[in-house]
Amino acid sequence: MDFVNQLQRKFIDYSSSLHREGIVDDQFTQLRKLEDENSPHFVMEVASLFFEDCEKLINNMAIALEQKQGVDFKQIEECIHQLKGSSSSIGAMRVKNACIAFRSFSGAQNREGCLRCLQQLSHEYSLLKNKLQTLFRVSVASRCLYVCLVIFCRGNEHAEPFPDVLVFQLEKQIVAAGGSIPRVH
Amino acid sequence: YLGGAFDVESLVENLLGQLAGNQAILVNVYDVTNSSDHLIMYGHQNQDGDLALLHESKLDFGDPFRKHTMICRYHQKAPTSWTALTTAFLFFVICLLVGYILYGAAIHIVKVEDDFHEMQELKVRAEAADVAKSQFLATVSHEIRTPMNGILGMLALLLDTDLSSTQRDYAQTAQVCGKALITLINEVLDRAKIEAGKLEMETVPFDLRSILDDVLSLFSEKSRNKGVELAVFVSDKVPEMVMGDPGRFRQIITNLVGNSVKFTERGHIFVKVHLAENLKPMAEAKAETFLNGGSDEGVLVSSAHQFKTLSGYEAADERNSWDSFKYLVADEESQYNALINMPLAGETSQNVTLMVSVEDTGIGIPLIAQDRVFMPFMQADSSTSRNYGGTGIGLSITKCLVELMGGHISFVSRPQVGSTFSFTAAFGRCKKASFSDTKKSNTEDLPSSFQGLKAIVVDGKPVRAAVTRYHLKRLGMLVEVGSSVKMAASACGKNGSSCGTKNQPDIILVEKDSWLSGEDGGLSLGMLDRKQNGHVFKLPKMILLATNITNAELEKAKAAGFSDTTIMKPVRASMVAACLQQVLGIGKKRQAGKDMLNGSLVLRSLLYGKKILVVDDNMVNRRVAAGALKKFGAAVECADSGKAALKLLQIPHYFDACFMDIQMPEMDGFEATRRIRKMESQANEQINGGSIDEESARKGKWHVPILAMTADVIHATYDECLKCGMDGYVSKPFEEENLYQAVAKFFKAKPMSEL
Repeated sequence: MDFVNQLQRKFIDYSSSLHREGIVDDQFTQLRKLEDENSPHFVMEVASLFFEDCEKLINNMAIALEQKQGVDFKQIEECIHQLKGSSSSIGAMRVKNACIAFRSFSGAQNREGCLRCLQQLSHEYSLLKNKLQTLFRVSVASRCLYVCLVIFCRGNEHAEPFPDVLVFQLEKQIVAAGGSIPRVH
Repeated sequence: YLGGAFDVESLVENLLGQLAGNQAILVNVYDVTNSSDHLIMYGHQNQDGDLALLHESKLDFGDPFRKHTMICRYHQKAPTSWTALTTAFLFFVICLLVGYILYGAAIHIVKVEDDFHEMQELKVRAEAADVAKSQFLATVSHEIRTPMNGILGMLALLLDTDLSSTQRDYAQTAQVCGKALITLINEVLDRAKIEAGKLEMETVPFDLRSILDDVLSLFSEKSRNKGVELAVFVSDKVPEMVMGDPGRFRQIITNLVGNSVKFTERGHIFVKVHLAENLKPMAEAKAETFLNGGSDEGVLVSSAHQFKTLSGYEAADERNSWDSFKYLVADEESQYNALINMPLAGETSQNVTLMVSVEDTGIGIPLIAQDRVFMPFMQADSSTSRNYGGTGIGLSITKCLVELMGGHISFVSRPQVGSTFSFTAAFGRCKKASFSDTKKSNTEDLPSSFQGLKAIVVDGKPVRAAVTRYHLKRLGMLVEVGSSVKMAASACGKNGSSCGTKNQPDIILVEKDSWLSGEDGGLSLGMLDRKQNGHVFKLPKMILLATNITNAELEKAKAAGFSDTTIMKPVRASMVAACLQQVLGIGKKRQAGKDMLNGSLVLRSLLYGKKILVVDDNMVNRRVAAGALKKFGAAVECADSGKAALKLLQIPHYFDACFMDIQMPEMDGFEATRRIRKMESQANEQINGGSIDEESARKGKWHVPILAMTADVIHATYDECLKCGMDGYVSKPFEEENLYQAVAKFFKAKPMSEL
């Protein structure tokens, strides 16, 4: 079970590094806790929704800021509000903080400041997306591994009857690492 | 026309001879008045001479009726001029030669250019080949890794089943081989990355001491089995958090300590970390000791073979022996105390350079192999791999990593005595702001319940005692060191009698070796204390420190009054804390705040089976809110605007509650709520004013509880919410306590059995 421990440790290290760096906060942990057999991919689904939403809003804001006739700060403020809401729902702390900073500039109708904030926001968003995608890959990998092991163990008729106790141990380890157990039929 | 007595012919001949040099010139003068008949006036008729070169010139004697010509010619044919020929020939030859040289040069240039182009092409191809090779290596290694991990996993599972001893042996061998292969592949990949220059160092704040603790715990079992003592010491001046790459630092330490563990059969492995600036005073101090001829402490040196190192065995580099170490510790102590009141001068600089040394008392490195040590794939001996394992790539990677950290690695090694590897590394200082943030989510939090406790450490070996002291200081304890049990006992007794319980130590930690060797003083401390004076005062607890302990020794210790728990080496602050908690009964404070499990159960009891409508224009928020509510057992439906909510809440509906976002485009939460209430009041009027139907009477008033979801709970205007007909508000994203309070107003808790 040594390498499963290693995998678990890697997962914990990586996700705690996300917390340490302030990329995600407690709300993200709460979201992770919402995953179970009925919604095994909850966090991934919410995250992809968030990415779509965020990209759309950032694009809109970029277009709005480039308007030569006059920047529509009201639209920008609406976009920021939306983004702040969704980033706090998902627990993306740094994105949310970037939004807060952005809002003060848009409130002051400062175009230069807004452009800078938009850049900062894009940067934070890319960072978050990268990190979360890596996290998902690790969790998916561990789940696939689990599935393979179960298939191997349960499908092996020539071996002695495989103690299910071990399979449950593995399940517990994966759950403890923050993953969830897919149903294998 | 001259006639006369002159012999004109010989005169002319003479003159001509003078004029012509050596050549004889024949002159004929003809009268050419009659062009067909030339009358010869002068010269021999028969002599022709060299008719090739003829010079004819007219003569005018002044006679108008006659014409005369003179024909001159050489008497003999001119010989062929050899000079002219030779010169011409030579000139031609020279021209040929020059032409040839120029041609040769041009050809050479063309050739060189061609070669150059060819070389460039080859260079490009070679570089591409190199890159391809690295990529190939990386890809193949990566591909190998995946099934390899599968194999290891299977083997691990296999070993957990019931196997006969031969089967177990086979499986274990396979596992060892597999692990070795994985390690090799990882190292090769690392090298490939380093070569490709792709190795990047990250810069994040991390805690040095906890990384060292981790690495030590990795090797503690192996070293304990070998009987080798493992210890770590970090100087006080090293800041708690530094900026750098924790993973790579861990890799370096793991490699060095792993090597030491591999090659050491007895003695100790000692890891020391301190600031690089402190080395200078230490070197001077060392010279001093040698001059004075030995230290003047009361250190017990029982035999001439005892060295003042961690375990008593000699170490390769004297810098870690007690003589110089004590100066380091004392120096730092005094500086530290002095600097508490002064602003730290070092804080202004951006970087902090640390010096880490790993000392072991193993077999050392043979002198011939010492200069090859950092070369990849080089091992000291061809049999090293067979006897000790490993591939020889670790140190070269370590060297690269150290250099990437802006440091330098070196070592001192004496065969059969031991080796000491030292390296420096530059880290950034942690700024205060990030410091406080990261401190919150530290993976290993040392309990603070031991602050201020007094302890005495009894250990005959001063270096080891200093290490134990360092770990205890991390827990905030006040530590004194005694070199023998007797000294500690006398210290206790003295304090006890004179100052009462104020200076009484709370615990005494005794190193097993010191206790066993000082057998006469092995009478329990407790007995000694009681004998001193009649006062009854609290006996300090006694704990044994040991690298390994047999059952017999443990029994003896218990009989002598030591507590049941022994602190196993290598000493780690967290282990010590756990031990002390057990012995002293100081428990960890319970986490403040609700336990998650209880909270969610309560909410589950409230929300189970309820139909809830979530209204928010943002898809992410909807999903998250729905997910959270579903976790508590509610049946959730979503709407993305006020209008959609209105449609869904048309009377009659089956919703038990509605969570409504306030800020939405088109129709905001307040407006939507107002309209819903209007709808409801209309429906209620109909019910009350209309038929007295039993069913509708039972239904009563239509009033669906509507809660506002707002991100800004503090400034949410409760009045505004109430004015438009809402029943309360909850935070967005949900906070359990807040949610519970809001929801408890309308829902009754279902009994647990129904959940």
